[in-house]
Amino acid sequence: MHELSVAQSIVEIIQQHVPQSDWERVRAVRLKIGTAAGVVPESLEFSFQVITAELLFNHARLEIESVPFRVHCNTCHTTAENEFGFALCGACGSTDTKILSGSELHITEIEIAEPELEML
Amino acid sequence: MSIVTIERKVLEKNDELAAKNRDIFLHYGAFVLNIVSSPGSGKTSILERTLEHLKGRLGVAVIEGDVQTDFDAQRVAKFGVPVVQIVTNGGCHLDAKLVQDALGSMDLKGIQLLVIENVGNLVCPANYDLGEHMKVVVASTTEGDDKPLKYPAMFRTASVLLINKIDLLPYVNCNITELKNNALRINPALNVFETSCTTNQGIDPWCAWLEKQVKSSLS
Repeated sequence: MHELSVAQSIVEIIQQHVPQSDWERVRAVRLKIGTAAGVVPESLEFSFQVITAELLFNHARLEIESVPFRVHCNTCHTTAENEFGFALCGACGSTDTKILSGSELHITEIEIAEPELEML
Repeated sequence: MSIVTIERKVLEKNDELAAKNRDIFLHYGAFVLNIVSSPGSGKTSILERTLEHLKGRLGVAVIEGDVQTDFDAQRVAKFGVPVVQIVTNGGCHLDAKLVQDALGSMDLKGIQLLVIENVGNLVCPANYDLGEHMKVVVASTTEGDDKPLKYPAMFRTASVLLINKIDLLPYVNCNITELKNNALRINPALNVFETSCTTNQGIDPWCAWLEKQVKSSLS
């Protein structure tokens, strides 16, 4: 349910990085979200729609790239994805591991359409 | 078509405010806990037992977070410690800004341990750094032994797991070894304590460990 406040943070970042005159032409906002970040992409997309309905950038859509949860084992030196988010090494069971990715909640790009040319 | 490349954390504003909170805590030399769990697992009861135990040993203050009511602040105030209640009015988690606001009405002078009791919710609080030194996650035996697997983010970001209501083990379908193993699969570095707020079992070792953490952070 905190997707709503995550969506609010995304709106604030757009407002910070895009001049107000371009808000209407924001078409896409690209995000990287780890599978272990605790954010449901569908729910975030819905929240973003709800929040932006009354705002100038109501034509913007979220494009979410999912980042897998990956763990590197310092004992057997394997690197593997783990859909359950286990920090234990799946190959040798070691607890001496490093989580490489999967907790991201990053905004990477904002796509803005060109202004339409005025008819002469 | 133009592209603005930003590469920022979505919650960076929260993280910035959390860093400011951390500076305030450092300035006063306060060690800060963020206690999280699902509703009803015993956060406030553990806090009450902890306050009892640390009375006269450490200067303690409390920030309570709830969706509605100041019931928990009233419970905590009975122990004679400074307490501020944050009512989120529907918000499902505390964030760094709410804690910053609460700090405005709290004197941290002489406080060595500040306990922030988060809103009962095993999902959302995992994403919001409050500036704390460590997260403590409470899982009670009545919730079953599979909670760490179903809500991994909270267990991954915590430093301590308190398995509460162990006095109820004979009556509930919970394998405590399985619960512990599940949590350690998610986060092998978790410090695990087993507690009961009814029998006080396990409260002493937890409080002794906590006191040691506070004192070593001060030295």
